[in-house]
Amino acid sequence: MATTKEKTKITEQTRRILSRFSRKRGNLIPTLQKVQEELGYLPREAMLEVARFLDIPEIDVYGVVTFYNQFRLNPPGKHSIRVCLGTACHMKGGYITLDAWKRRLSIDRGQTTTDREFDLDTVACVGCCVMAPVTVVDDKPAGQVEPTKVDGILLSFERERKKRGKKKR
Amino acid sequence: MKTVSLTIDGKEIKAPGGESVLWAALDSSIYIPHLCARHDNSAPDASCRLCWVEIEGRLKPVTACTETVAEGMVVNTRGAAALRLARTALELLLASNVVDCANCARSGACELQKIAAHLKVKLKTRRFKKILRNLEVDSSSPLFIYDPNKCVLCGQCIRVCRQRLGIGALGFAHRGFNRRMTTFGDEPIGQSECQNCGDCVAACPTGALCFKAAAAKL
Repeated sequence: MATTKEKTKITEQTRRILSRFSRKRGNLIPTLQKVQEELGYLPREAMLEVARFLDIPEIDVYGVVTFYNQFRLNPPGKHSIRVCLGTACHMKGGYITLDAWKRRLSIDRGQTTTDREFDLDTVACVGCCVMAPVTVVDDKPAGQVEPTKVDGILLSFERERKKRGKKKR
Repeated sequence: MKTVSLTIDGKEIKAPGGESVLWAALDSSIYIPHLCARHDNSAPDASCRLCWVEIEGRLKPVTACTETVAEGMVVNTRGAAALRLARTALELLLASNVVDCANCARSGACELQKIAAHLKVKLKTRRFKKILRNLEVDSSSPLFIYDPNKCVLCGQCIRVCRQRLGIGALGFAHRGFNRRMTTFGDEPIGQSECQNCGDCVAACPTGALCFKAAAAKL
């Protein structure tokens, strides 16, 4: 949960971004895109500010944000995990892979881990179906990602983090 | 506006020009099933897909709410093709609805019951596989209970909420099967800007919104 200080900061940032737009209802999606571009996601305070700016019901902003896949309600993690649920990946058990990620990271799709290391979401085909089931890890597609490989990927991130920690010292 | 005369189900009727076929029929006591229609000048949602009618000279059935009356128009609300479309739309609605009439405060005054009887569709129809939404019932309002599992997404509550409050606490969010009538951030209605006027409950055609007092009598 964001603190009051963080909330006011988000509100101020959003206001600054909004000042570049006119108060037309048709500007709803462009403003949301710009806010997300700068903040990385659409916090509650930002959505409220957009609603106030365009003089539309808050729920209408929320409705648009939850309708389009491009908008996210949670801050992005350091690493993005995108599980493919396209036709081929579905047949090869993409849902089982997704469940493995959910279990390992203890989050649902569209959410971010509390340490902000990972965010989890799904995609509908990334175009490399021979590698099914695919998980796109930080924009790089990984093939044959079955639950054991999920553990492998997480382990390599863990090792990398430890290495980085040692170097710093 | 000029009055036009048309025939609906063999009955000669008069309607103001610019009126939709749906309201022309309803105002002449000819029933056409409908859930999302509203009787004002705004553009129809045409989202419930229930008000199918056949019009002479037209190849396919049309939705009565989007069709404007015309002089000499001949409308048939009982055509086989139109009724088939309406039945399918209703059965799809029922496939994701809990249909728990025995424990519902709206039973007897429910539009779904009325439409099912009109279209001769069983409420417990098994044509489509039953897939329930399993959403949480919201009883946070001091006045009413919102059961999203009984909602047909007609948008009537949202409409009156906006007319009454000006700003509107209710609206649609999420997509596809997850689409639902909700508040900002999916918060309980009791914590939203709802002012408990109860107009949405009166506007709800199903048991999705029910007064607590009515539910307590069950």
